[in-house]
Amino acid sequence: MNSILTSKWTKVVVFLACLIPLGQLLWRAFHNGLAGFPDNMDFGANPIEFITHATGDWTLRFLVITLAITPLRKILRQPQLIRFRRMLGLFAFFYGCLHFGTWIGLDKFFAWSEMWKDVQKRRFITVGFTAFVLMIPLAVTSTAGMIRRLGGKRWHMLHRAIYVSAILGVIHYYWLVKSDVRKPLLYAVIVGILLAHRLGMWIYGRGHRAAAGGGVRPEPSTAETA
Amino acid sequence: MVVKKAPDLTYKDVTPKTLYMGRRNFLFGLAAAYGAVVGYKKLTRLLEGPATGSTPVKLTGVTKWPGSTTEKETSLEDVTHYNNFYEFGTSKTDPAANARNFVTAPWSISIEGEVKNKRKFSMDEIMKLAPLEERIYRHRCVEGWSIVVPWIGYPFSALVKLAEPTSKAKFVALESYYDPKQMPLGGSAGIELPYVEGLRLDEAMNSLTLLTVGMYDETLPNQDGAPVRLVIPWKYGFKSIKSLVRIRFVQEQPPTTWNIANAHEYGFYSNVNPSVDHPRWSQATERRLGEFRRRPTLMFNGYADQVASMYAGMDLKKYY
Repeated sequence: MNSILTSKWTKVVVFLACLIPLGQLLWRAFHNGLAGFPDNMDFGANPIEFITHATGDWTLRFLVITLAITPLRKILRQPQLIRFRRMLGLFAFFYGCLHFGTWIGLDKFFAWSEMWKDVQKRRFITVGFTAFVLMIPLAVTSTAGMIRRLGGKRWHMLHRAIYVSAILGVIHYYWLVKSDVRKPLLYAVIVGILLAHRLGMWIYGRGHRAAAGGGVRPEPSTAETA
Repeated sequence: MVVKKAPDLTYKDVTPKTLYMGRRNFLFGLAAAYGAVVGYKKLTRLLEGPATGSTPVKLTGVTKWPGSTTEKETSLEDVTHYNNFYEFGTSKTDPAANARNFVTAPWSISIEGEVKNKRKFSMDEIMKLAPLEERIYRHRCVEGWSIVVPWIGYPFSALVKLAEPTSKAKFVALESYYDPKQMPLGGSAGIELPYVEGLRLDEAMNSLTLLTVGMYDETLPNQDGAPVRLVIPWKYGFKSIKSLVRIRFVQEQPPTTWNIANAHEYGFYSNVNPSVDHPRWSQATERRLGEFRRRPTLMFNGYADQVASMYAGMDLKKYY
């Protein structure tokens, strides 16, 4: 398992897998309107809405996958999973950019004043916009150089903003649907579990620190194997 | 002088055969996965078998209504594969996929309430009640998309006149067919079913309000509200109730499904109005299916001449 996780090919495969949703969109774009093609494999009657929903969905999915890395590392005892976290987080940002770009360029056709009004007035757009903007500093500070410059502690503090982005992303989806809230609720439950795991670990870690007389936070993996 | 150049690559730089094969297998794998997806989707279609529900048939003796819009008709494919019919699922492509086995015969509409003639009209009677007209109307969904559809039907007023409402009748309450066995996804739609709608009596009598039995030269496809529905072109699409089974003439404003689900967002009137926003989005523009750019939405969906007088003096921000 470890050798698979540390293989450089795994990273390539994961990278390519992360591009599949984009590939699907491009494929659908190419096949859109081809006669005789199964109609469930093109953009359908409202291509812009289709692209908006697909990119939005994948932004949320990648946020969820990124947030799942830390709990999975601990539960599966596979610390090497960390190698994929930055890439997955950046893919969340990538699909977020496509989602935001679709809204700007295809849906609103660069009607800036109308969009700014929407951001202020429509709460589902306000939260979606906020979730996206919060991801920008995280993407910018994702390089090793930036981590060094910020220092690990400050970097970790800053990157907790992903929790806010994920929560706002789910609210954005929940406020968007008309009546069938099953899918947004599913995202809410998953994000809730992933954040609850962190809270649980934090409380557990604090108990440990207190027992150890405070001071250094024990490495959770050592605590588990001890 | 011969400059000896160190070779760039040594034998140990050669890609190991396993990795090389891995790459090739990976590419083959991608292609195979790709083919499998396409094949699977085609196969599921085949396995579903032929549809067992009612299917559209050609309508004859239809005259062309002179008031039709000259705007380009939306393609039948788009109108039948992108719409809302929550009884068959909440995604836009669900109705086409899930209404294929919907059986709509026998069918009747029950007339009840404050009328002289409480009775049922069979589908045969409904088809012959008045001459069929083709009317090309603009149709605007509250969600911000629109279509242009050649409907076939006749003014709803013809049926209302036969029912002979009494002086107590001020509103009509309308109800859709709902059978959880035929519509298993209705239970998770997030709205109360059966679907109910309503109109003020003068709105019901307006000559634009169309009792609709067909579109595009044929009877209605299941997913578009077969076998009989209303089309009220100056109101948001959800007012145009599908698969109509009950018409009740009442004294008080009747409850309506989307108003029950969210009174703040969907009013009883729900007239198309570009200056009254939905709380979550602007209604100023719309996307016509088949068009790339949004287009401006028209007051009363462009039917102000025929309907604005009914709302004279009303605050349309209050009665949205």
